[in-house]
Amino acid sequence: MSNPLADMDKPDVIFCIGTNMTECHPVAATRIKQAIKRGAKLIVADPRKISLANMANLYLPLRVGSDVALLLGMAHVIARDGLVNRSFINDRTDKGEAFLEHVQQFTPQWAAKISGLNPCDIEQAAHWYAQAERSAIYYTLGITEHICGVDNVQSLCNLALMTGHIGREGTGINPMRGQNNIQGAGDAGAVPANYPGFQPVTDPLSQEKFKQLYGREMDPEKGITKVSALNECGKSIHAMLIDGENTVVSDPDRSHCLRSLESLEHLVVIDIFLTETAELADVVLPATAWGETDGVCVNTERRVQRLRQAVPPHGEAKPDWWIISQIAQRLAVPGFEFESAKDVFNELCSLSPIYAGLDWDRIEKAEYQWPVPEKDHPGTPILHVDEFKNGRGLFSLIHYRDPAEVVDENYPVWLTTGRRLEAYHTRTQTGRAAGIDYLLPEESLEVNPENLAEWNLTDGGYANLTSRRGTVKIRVKSSGRSPLGTVFCSFSFNDVPVNILTGSGYDPVTETAELKVCPVRVEPA
Amino acid sequence: MITESKPVVTATMTLDGREVTYTEGETIYEVARRANIEVPTLCYDPRLEPFGACRLCIVEVEGGRNPVASCTTPAVAGMVVHTQTEAVEKHRRTLLELVASENPEENINPLRGYASQELNQLLEKHDVQPGRFQGKHSGTSNKDDNPFILRDYNHCISCYRCVRVCAEQEGDHAITMMNRGFEKQITAEFDIRLKESACTFCGQCVQTCPTGALGDRKAMRAEAQKEDFKKTRSVCPYCGVGCQVDLLSKEDRLVGIQPAMDGPANEGALCIKGQFAFDFVQHEDRLSKPLVRGEDGKLHEVDWDTALDRAAEGFKKVRQQHGNHAIYGVASGRAPSEASYTMQKFIRAGFGTNQIDNCSRA
Repeated sequence: MSNPLADMDKPDVIFCIGTNMTECHPVAATRIKQAIKRGAKLIVADPRKISLANMANLYLPLRVGSDVALLLGMAHVIARDGLVNRSFINDRTDKGEAFLEHVQQFTPQWAAKISGLNPCDIEQAAHWYAQAERSAIYYTLGITEHICGVDNVQSLCNLALMTGHIGREGTGINPMRGQNNIQGAGDAGAVPANYPGFQPVTDPLSQEKFKQLYGREMDPEKGITKVSALNECGKSIHAMLIDGENTVVSDPDRSHCLRSLESLEHLVVIDIFLTETAELADVVLPATAWGETDGVCVNTERRVQRLRQAVPPHGEAKPDWWIISQIAQRLAVPGFEFESAKDVFNELCSLSPIYAGLDWDRIEKAEYQWPVPEKDHPGTPILHVDEFKNGRGLFSLIHYRDPAEVVDENYPVWLTTGRRLEAYHTRTQTGRAAGIDYLLPEESLEVNPENLAEWNLTDGGYANLTSRRGTVKIRVKSSGRSPLGTVFCSFSFNDVPVNILTGSGYDPVTETAELKVCPVRVEPA
Repeated sequence: MITESKPVVTATMTLDGREVTYTEGETIYEVARRANIEVPTLCYDPRLEPFGACRLCIVEVEGGRNPVASCTTPAVAGMVVHTQTEAVEKHRRTLLELVASENPEENINPLRGYASQELNQLLEKHDVQPGRFQGKHSGTSNKDDNPFILRDYNHCISCYRCVRVCAEQEGDHAITMMNRGFEKQITAEFDIRLKESACTFCGQCVQTCPTGALGDRKAMRAEAQKEDFKKTRSVCPYCGVGCQVDLLSKEDRLVGIQPAMDGPANEGALCIKGQFAFDFVQHEDRLSKPLVRGEDGKLHEVDWDTALDRAAEGFKKVRQQHGNHAIYGVASGRAPSEASYTMQKFIRAGFGTNQIDNCSRA
């Protein structure tokens, strides 16, 4: 997030797009409710009539995968009606003129045709967003899990840049991260393009730095992403070390994923349960769980916080850092003589510019949001205040693209997938917490009541859901949350393996799968 | 960044003979709290709008006819307030006696909730015995069969904290007061079960209840264990909001969760997952020993050395046969940062490649 969570009750206009916040980030959503109570206007763009939509002053029920069209249409209106922030564009951005010219072609009528929205709603959203003193954007995977995920994010950035709604309290571009420490994993350098602290692996200075630190030549090329690595299993990838991820259930195109992992010569999985993924491994190493281990995690607002051990480890379980260090030592890799989580974190701080002012003791009270470039720096709750990381904000000239697969005669219904309040991801944890089944015992397909009769389905009965990749049997639930012609379910339940169906395409830049759009056929089962 | 700096309007008033400053808009109760003067209350929660239900926080204001509820009375310049006079103390004791006599005499286990000891602590502090107004008891238990929230309205004192936290903080408006007097009960609409209501089982009502009328059923499973629980400050293991929590443990077991009222991301709030979905940690399915695939194709329990040797051996072999780029690491967005750091170092320092990613693309 560019802005802190505490900012969420401060905007005059809140634009939520592709975020089912009340279910996926419920505590953050309470702040939005406070903002509404204070008089803020809420704009919600989501194909499904989620709870946030019911609180919205303006609800934009766009067709799945049409976000770019909506955002271009909004940019067109903002430019056309003279609502751009000229001084911000001049002082702090590049390519502004080209962008303003670019959006002239994308009228709200054009956007309405693609998105299924009413052009006047697109205009209204544009006016509210641009005219407010403080407008903030919040988004989640509904923006990123598309073949045009990067285009979606850049389209949101364009809106913020053209109106200057960034770098101030109560504004910004705010992705809500889905996992407790997904931010920390990226910060720590567990990505193919960056060393710790987002130092690019292709930068010769960074290469030299890590060559010195790690005592060996560094590959000047980026690594491949996990998505590519799964495609390369048995071809160029022959061994994997997977920590705490149930790839088989969480990733798209399950049968492909199974085949890939099975074709490895060597698979080592570190986890707390024998997950569907761990079952495929040659070696399974039991990790300590949350509550059993000391460590650090970083939340969606870049706040660096301590995890603390409350109970002893289960059985012979060991901390992840210890397990990985032991394997490294057996391969005679130097620099793995860590004795505690504190040792590991302090090493990370010592070589990451965004953590340079931090160490284990300084984060005791969770006061810091990175970047914290030096000791005595107060941290950075709001990013991009006086300048952008790379100097100037860059407009992107985006065009709308259809999803990888669109509905047709054989697959006439849009399936979109997501999460539910009571379940977390593949339920390895929530599925093993007493009582959760009382509220959410099984997965069901949310179908608009009008579609039920049309498709010969009964509420509470079963349906077969078929995509180009497979078929899944699922219980049917009549729900006004689903628009006509679009159905929804989560991927949380292993007995309803929805990831057999998904995986139609990937964003070319991030290789994030288009989990939000999958044309299907729905038939009674 | 230009931050607007508005001058804070301050003035002074007198509290128990001390001159204190306050900011315009503060109530007498808030000023007293800041001044470290303890004024008893049962319906106050700093996150909620003042409500004035319990009347325990009454104070005398010089020049006023009757005592006033300090939680709803704004501070005024020059005001002279007495918080601990004999008359006020007598009034408070009587109120507490009334409350105590209405509720069953019962030790409320602190596992019921964060604020569950407030009433009992006040009774003890003011040395109040329930005997004087012995008579009818109020409320009934609600037979709601949900596994999370105990609804024991025999202990309800109509402070409305649960109703208000649900409406004001959560914005869910799931519960309200039904009936009045001895018949009162906190219910969802038409007395339906919480499961069928707008309740999201965030547990906020439980944690603000000052009497234990609402209780954390999951934590209460450990009531029989005699020893006190220990609190350990940590962060919720689920989404990226990063709510701070206190882990409640008895000996070697996690028994419950309470929200951290001063957690910067959550300020006391949690959701159902953070509040109630903690016990996977002690599930029987937990892996307790390393496993290695045997020649029979099955996974077998082995000791750590055997498993680690086998893990390392496999990477060595693949490196020899296929080179450094053939080895790939997937770090976890669920594990601590130390796990991700060592994983990327393992790949970069161990094999000199950047064949490393985390689970953020799916």
